Amino acid sequence: MHIHFLDPYHPLPSLIHSLDARVKLILVVGFILTTSLMPVGVWAGYLILYALLISAEILSEVSLRYYFSRALFSIPFILAALPLPFTTHGRVLAQFQLDGLTLVISAEGLARLISVALKSWISVQAAILLAVSTTFPDILLAMRAVGVPRLLVAVFGLMWRYLFVFADEALRLMRARAARSSEVDGYRSGRSLTWRAKLTGGMAGSLFLRGFERADRVYLAMVARGYDGEVRSLPLPAWKKTNTVVVVLGLFLYLLILIMGSFIHSIG
Amino acid sequence: MLASHVAMHIPDGFLSTAVAVVFWVISVIVIGYALKRVSQELGERQVPLMGVLAAAIFAGQMLNFTVAGGTSGHLLGAAIATILLGPWPAILVLTSVVSIQALIFQDGGLLALGANLFNMAVVGVAVSYMVYRTIYRLAGGKNWGIFVGGFVAAWLSIEIAALSCALQLAISGTSPANISVPAMGGIHALIGIGEGLITVGALAFIYSTRRDLLTHGESAATQGKLVWVVGLLLAIGLAILSPLASAYPDGLEWVAEQHGFLEAAKGPFYTIIPDYVFPGISNQALATIIAGIFGTLLVFAVALGVGYWRHRRTHA
Repeated sequence: MHIHFLDPYHPLPSLIHSLDARVKLILVVGFILTTSLMPVGVWAGYLILYALLISAEILSEVSLRYYFSRALFSIPFILAALPLPFTTHGRVLAQFQLDGLTLVISAEGLARLISVALKSWISVQAAILLAVSTTFPDILLAMRAVGVPRLLVAVFGLMWRYLFVFADEALRLMRARAARSSEVDGYRSGRSLTWRAKLTGGMAGSLFLRGFERADRVYLAMVARGYDGEVRSLPLPAWKKTNTVVVVLGLFLYLLILIMGSFIHSIG
Repeated sequence: MLASHVAMHIPDGFLSTAVAVVFWVISVIVIGYALKRVSQELGERQVPLMGVLAAAIFAGQMLNFTVAGGTSGHLLGAAIATILLGPWPAILVLTSVVSIQALIFQDGGLLALGANLFNMAVVGVAVSYMVYRTIYRLAGGKNWGIFVGGFVAAWLSIEIAALSCALQLAISGTSPANISVPAMGGIHALIGIGEGLITVGALAFIYSTRRDLLTHGESAATQGKLVWVVGLLLAIGLAILSPLASAYPDGLEWVAEQHGFLEAAKGPFYTIIPDYVFPGISNQALATIIAGIFGTLLVFAVALGVGYWRHRRTHA
């Protein structure tokens, strides 16, 4: 089994795919920032932002179901915000008696919880949009363009190149462990918890050791190809005029939505 | 694999914008400094080593073992990276792991990435380094120093990083400190045991096969005074601050409220038309309805457009 399916990139000839990676990175981060700045409880603002995003998702020609199912991964974190309706002071919506303990649900708290959930749901899909429509080398290029230091980008790039190799190795290690840990009904398998944890540790250790050895070989291969300790990279592709237009229009739209949001917030 | 470590990766939406931006600034400064130190002090072999080991740690997080009732323990890797590579390269390796998780796999948000980098790459590495070096030195070079040091470093780095995460959520007003601190602290006290055991297992394996990798770190150790001090300050600071915040949530609530005022005060900054009422939009409900209609039309138009274009492409 190979782990390449992990890569979320979908090669498709869509409008979103053909946008410059730098434009996409700026617009996606700007979108998430806009979502974050949208005041609590401005449902119209969230609706517009989500409509914009869904439109971009449709334009990317990747099925909406894919976006939803990937976004579901971030749902469990909502547990962290669940106490909000009970701990925020405000207009009382409902009251429970639980063993002498009085639980009060406030309207403000509920609005904050729903806002956090919506913001999270919208933001994570914006990040997915970037990942499904942009190849990793293009994302690296965009990172360099926005000023991420070259050394760090080189480490990112090397990491990506060997990620799938090591993920495959990890899968092989786990398959080997499974093959040697037979389970028989009525007998406990796998000894104590400490033993299982240490065994997993041994697997991790062997993975790191293979990492060290592979890094040596990679280094030698790099030296053989002229590496002298300096990280070099190809020049960035030319920045087209249309890119500027798209970025300016996009950021202007975000600003408009924010103004609308804060306006509704102030009259609400 | 993706869902297994959500516990520490904050998604977008959970931090207030101000908190997210402040932690971005802190993380950028620390990582920038780490980059400078790495390129000054370490050899050219470090670049491939950091990249490949980042990949190995990412894959190492897939390895898990059953604990009980469907839950499983797995590795986060800050301690083992610090022990194997020294503090500055470890910060860069963890930065790569956490950033790629956010960018490609949406494990943690993009705006929240600054805070996640702070918790895992900065706090995780600094605390691991402080604990490991201290115990290793106390052991006077004896073997038990490696294993006890590794276990405690792994456990404490997870615990302190979790407290940092809980406090960030509390300051953002997302999760009250008297709930988030004991909850995050409690869960990660257990997760940390798994992390510690796996770290010790990995160290034992490496000790028996390539002992030189664990003892060559002496030279890297002398460069780490700053990290040691920062690790100590972070560990003590967060260990004291969190129970305090949890016992007196009012204090933190006060911070959150002040912060709320700040956010509210920022409002007029982009309210260009404060007292003007849009014709027809006089209340929230109506605005929401209009937004809904407008949004639906937009989505519908785009869907039609894409459908039409696809149709033409297949028939062309």
